[in-house]
Amino acid sequence: MTHKLATAALVLAATAGSASAEKIKFEYWYGLTGDLGAVVAETCNRFNASQDQFEAVCVGQDGYEKAVQNTIAAFRASKHPTLLQSFDAGTADLMLSGEFYPVTQLMADTGVTVDWADYFPGIANYYSSKSGEFFSMPWNSSTPVYYFNKDHFAKAGITEAPVTWEGMEEAFKALKASGQACGLAYAPSSWIDLEQFSMAHNIPVASNNNGYDGLDTELLFNTTLHVKHMENIQRWINDGYAMLRTQAAGKTSRDSFVEGECSVFFSSIADHNTIHKLTPAFGWDVQIIPTYEGVERTNTVVGGASLWVLSGKTDDEYKAAASYLAFLATKPEQQFLLENSGYIPVTKSTYEALKAEGFYAKEPYINRDIAMKSLTWTDPTELTRGIRLGGMIQIRSEWTAEVEAALAGQKSMKEALDTAVSRGNEQLARFAQTYAGKSFP
Amino acid sequence: MRRAYFKFSWIAAALLAPQLLIIFVFFYWPSAQALYWAFTLEQPWGGGNTWVGFDNFRKVLSDPYYWGSVRVSVIYALATTVLAMGMALTLAIFVDRQLAGYKAYRVAIIWPYAVAAPAVGLAFQFVFNPGAGIFSYINTIAPGWWDLSKYPWQAVTAIVVAGAWKQVAYSFVFFLAALQSIPRSLTEAAAMDGARPLRRMLDLQLPLLTPTFFFLLVINITDSFTDSFGIVDTLTGGGPFRATDLMVYKIYSDGFRGFDYSGAAAQSIILMLLVMALTFVQFRYVEKRVHYT
Repeated sequence: MTHKLATAALVLAATAGSASAEKIKFEYWYGLTGDLGAVVAETCNRFNASQDQFEAVCVGQDGYEKAVQNTIAAFRASKHPTLLQSFDAGTADLMLSGEFYPVTQLMADTGVTVDWADYFPGIANYYSSKSGEFFSMPWNSSTPVYYFNKDHFAKAGITEAPVTWEGMEEAFKALKASGQACGLAYAPSSWIDLEQFSMAHNIPVASNNNGYDGLDTELLFNTTLHVKHMENIQRWINDGYAMLRTQAAGKTSRDSFVEGECSVFFSSIADHNTIHKLTPAFGWDVQIIPTYEGVERTNTVVGGASLWVLSGKTDDEYKAAASYLAFLATKPEQQFLLENSGYIPVTKSTYEALKAEGFYAKEPYINRDIAMKSLTWTDPTELTRGIRLGGMIQIRSEWTAEVEAALAGQKSMKEALDTAVSRGNEQLARFAQTYAGKSFP
Repeated sequence: MRRAYFKFSWIAAALLAPQLLIIFVFFYWPSAQALYWAFTLEQPWGGGNTWVGFDNFRKVLSDPYYWGSVRVSVIYALATTVLAMGMALTLAIFVDRQLAGYKAYRVAIIWPYAVAAPAVGLAFQFVFNPGAGIFSYINTIAPGWWDLSKYPWQAVTAIVVAGAWKQVAYSFVFFLAALQSIPRSLTEAAAMDGARPLRRMLDLQLPLLTPTFFFLLVINITDSFTDSFGIVDTLTGGGPFRATDLMVYKIYSDGFRGFDYSGAAAQSIILMLLVMALTFVQFRYVEKRVHYT
């Protein structure tokens, strides 16, 4: 009897053991929500169905910010995931903490081959160290463009969507003359109006080549063309060419555009898919963000998020995560993301293959690759690699609060930007003090 | 005065231990941690910190926008307290008068207390939204008059109304209980002496309510300093241009959104001291006017 029991126990233990050894699990926390969150969850299902060695356990965290916040809290309790989807503004602290596993290293250690040279330089530079090693895996990538109402433009006699701000102002005037009450639906966005604007014009946001070369960085955007640009936006609002359209004001700029109230709005190319789904009752298209005349246009940089591998996990989990990342980088998986969102391909080979297949010639993808044109306009310069600033989230919110105050007539735009810079500099000094003696890898 | 003395007993200690442990784990430990962080610069991902003495406090207290945040927090606390308690008292007096349908009314009015703050914020978004809410009707009459993204006073009004609405129910329960515990014979005697309802309320009921009134004042003020986060987050997000950046909300946005754990810890300590000071003032000066018997 006892013998039988012991055998039964042994058999049980063996099956339990083999069951847990069947699949190696790893956790992945992502920030995307809604439809896009469902796309992330679907990539996990596809990965799990594609092989029987690993299992991705994917948990939505209700937004990029919360994903990073929750991961930090979990990390401090050693309960963090292997993989984290993080937006760029949240990663300066992670970079300096060193608590991540650079993906180049990870792939080399786990024997997964990835053709790193295949990534677009504008994307690669953004997510790599000075020596060209990838920190994190590019995945959902975007860049800003502007959306315009083709019917309004035709009525106003505008034949070509302008690519200069001077041309844009002419377009606003023509729209007004044609009886269109609102040209531009404007919502302050430091990502578009400050960061990407500065990239396209090859002007600095901050010293030290936008923070890459040291932590003793100071903001410079109150001394560049950015000031004139913001003053122009204010003037357009005052003159009735543009209207402030934010959530707090009752209607977002996107809603205003989709309803046909305003003719133009600026946003990420990721919105391309969303606007299609909202089926506006007019023809529309996208164009690269304008630059001022007399400026040599340069590339914009990538936005969206990338996937970080965190430290303190087992080799098995790293192997599983590497396999998932390699899976995401394949052409079918990139195409799956593209078809279900407005994001852009991250590798040259995928982009070329899609183009050859006529992907961008058919609805609803027509012209969506205008984002690629913006992103690859020139090779990245010292100033258009990207931005490496500590406290970026706070710098962005200082900028937004000050610009809103200026637009409400509380202070002049120059004063507002000066205040945003001096308060942002305090953040940077504080960041440098927190990480004294360290520098961005 | 009589005093009771207890001998030390292991059973008593054992019975107390779970409670003390909970208080330690959920109150003293985090508070001590916050106090420590307030004097250092903490790296969010761990990996050490630097002792900076009073630097965090100096930085916070020399920031004009921080004082703006303190100012609006005080306005918010006073306004919601006055509004919530005023409403609650009025409603409680009506219910106590047992007007028609008062039983259903009594239950219905307690419900809002069970609604979570972010839900309250969302509900009031539908009320105050300048483009699509109930208040947007004002804008059809006077275009652009109601705009939460432009006028700080409107945004402050919106969070005060939402905050007060949430607190009415709590105060109402206490006021009603206090009113019902006033002996009926007192009210009847006053009525026989010819005092009408309004006079009875002013001279009889209100003085007898002062202990409840005082208790609710302390609770409401403390609550509106510490429990306003959900409403601000959903209704205004601290804007326009920091006009509704209440102290609690600023702690969240600096600490969690901006990864400035130390600055947020210093602000928490200041908020704690402020609430303690206010409570002390209330006990020291307001309580003198309270009649407990």
